[in-house]
Amino acid sequence: MVRGRAFGERLGRLAFAGTVGLALTLILAPLVLVVWLSFFTNEILSLPPEGYSLRWYGALARQYQFVSGFQLSALVALAATAAGLLVTLPAAFALSRGELPGREAILHALMSPLIVPALVVGAGLYLALIEFEVDTGLPVTGTVFGFAAGHVLLTIPWSLRLVTANLAGVDPAIEDAALSLGATPVVTALKVTLPLIWPGVVAAALFSFVVSFGNIEVSLFLVQPGQTTLPIAILQYLEWKVDPTVAAVSALQIALVAAALLITDRFVSLAKVV
Amino acid sequence: MAALHLRNISKKFAEVLAVDDLSLEVADGEFVVLLGPSGCGKTTTLRMIAGFIEASAGTVRIGTRDVTHDPPYRRNVGFVFQNYALFPHLNVVENVAFGLRRRRRPEREIGGRVARALALVKLEGFEARMPRQLSGGQQQRVAIARALVIAPDVLLLDEPLSNLDAKLRRDVRGELRRLQQLSGITTVMVTHDQDEAMSIGDRLVVMNHGRVQQIGTPQALYRHPANRFVAGFIGRGNFLAGNPGADGKRFITRGGLVIVCARIDSGADTLLIRPETIAMRPGQVPGVNCFAAVIEAAVFQGSAFDLDLRLATGETLQVQVAAGTGAADWTVGQEVTAEIDPDAAVGIVSA
Repeated sequence: MVRGRAFGERLGRLAFAGTVGLALTLILAPLVLVVWLSFFTNEILSLPPEGYSLRWYGALARQYQFVSGFQLSALVALAATAAGLLVTLPAAFALSRGELPGREAILHALMSPLIVPALVVGAGLYLALIEFEVDTGLPVTGTVFGFAAGHVLLTIPWSLRLVTANLAGVDPAIEDAALSLGATPVVTALKVTLPLIWPGVVAAALFSFVVSFGNIEVSLFLVQPGQTTLPIAILQYLEWKVDPTVAAVSALQIALVAAALLITDRFVSLAKVV
Repeated sequence: MAALHLRNISKKFAEVLAVDDLSLEVADGEFVVLLGPSGCGKTTTLRMIAGFIEASAGTVRIGTRDVTHDPPYRRNVGFVFQNYALFPHLNVVENVAFGLRRRRRPEREIGGRVARALALVKLEGFEARMPRQLSGGQQQRVAIARALVIAPDVLLLDEPLSNLDAKLRRDVRGELRRLQQLSGITTVMVTHDQDEAMSIGDRLVVMNHGRVQQIGTPQALYRHPANRFVAGFIGRGNFLAGNPGADGKRFITRGGLVIVCARIDSGADTLLIRPETIAMRPGQVPGVNCFAAVIEAAVFQGSAFDLDLRLATGETLQVQVAAGTGAADWTVGQEVTAEIDPDAAVGIVSA
């Protein structure tokens, strides 16, 4: 922060505050706007609003595709988060504690979905799942399993980054202490290391959930008639109609994520682990 | 409780020999200190005893068990870490109980043993505290209780005093010794601090560049160091280069001083004289091993003076003389006589 009373210093302070304010406005404006719109009475979006009501929230319950989309998205996000952590936790231990040959290469492979465009991931996944369906006769696309199999590729990089970062912060001497007191490596991991990186695991779960819940690119390739996730249901609705129903469903989504963040923050300080 | 036997152990990291062919017998109940500068291999040796790293060669035996290839959790060794390494998510009781829980002892026994261990380190009343709520000294006592409560065959201490402030260090030093004698546990400690090593160990192992330089009691190492490194690492000393006389009773320095010694080996090329063994007299006094000198520097240390002398031959001597009340003060430029005790002058090999 700039200190002092000279003109240049005052100007510096003003420029700093201005930049911060502008950035916050740019980030928050769409969120505020969407929430505001969702309470408009008028069907055609226009300013100023004719009045305020909750009718669009009521309309939501009658829009089957939003309700089922929400359910599917939540299920998929939960499954992808769980599966991602199941892969990530052992991988993170092996990558940061063991002297694994080729650990750099493995790390980069697991992080690669962040680099490859999500549409490419989705297309590749689609082809692979179709092949799988043809070979086994099992229906996969459009099922929770199919979505979760795709979304886990998105959750792994987030989990891995957060868990390995937290593991790096654990003093190896603490693990050595457990070993010398008679704990096997598995018991050491469960009783000592895991409790110490728990905030990171919670944060990883949260980010995984949010990333999966909001994903469109990968899901686009996996949907089947009657089996769509919430973001895709919103997208499809917008192709025909622009009314505050979409704003209402978006506002609910914002509320859900915000609640998740606030609840998590009560248990672990997110500012510390992310 | 058991004796510890290290036989010809070595540790190679990539191409570097961190520990080179080290052999050491630690008797049951003995307190041995590994002493040396950083990077000398002392901590690597300790970690090989604990099993955190495996010896590249040689054997580690605890009592009659060969544990060379055993993982740490099967060695029954207590380890106190330099930074204590307490479990930050467990309170004092659970930290101390950790090892007993891994041994699946009954709850009643765990409670009793933890309470006794905490009493031993005088931490009653701190049971429910978390590690971060304890001072450094208290954390260390928890670490010691945690290591002792499992009744280990060997207790290993890695620089246990280095994170404490100077005043606390003296107290804890005595406390450690008391605990060790009380429990009668075979103990190996690592330190780079020679005062600490001398005051606490039954025997010291001086190491340098991965090799053992000398093993012996503090007195033996101080009075009869095996080489120049040991002599320089333990205590201060004057090192005068030269050659022994043919009769083995005197040493002729490079500057031409002839110093009478009680006994000197023919291979010695350096004479070690400890600063406190040199007697000082004002003025010029004739006599055997009496050398005229001028005081170049005088530092008053309270109980003693540290003096730098220059002899007529140009050689210098460091001297420490008691500064009792009524005793003469020493001043720079003063002409004095330094008398070297023939029994305290030791011939050593510098290499």
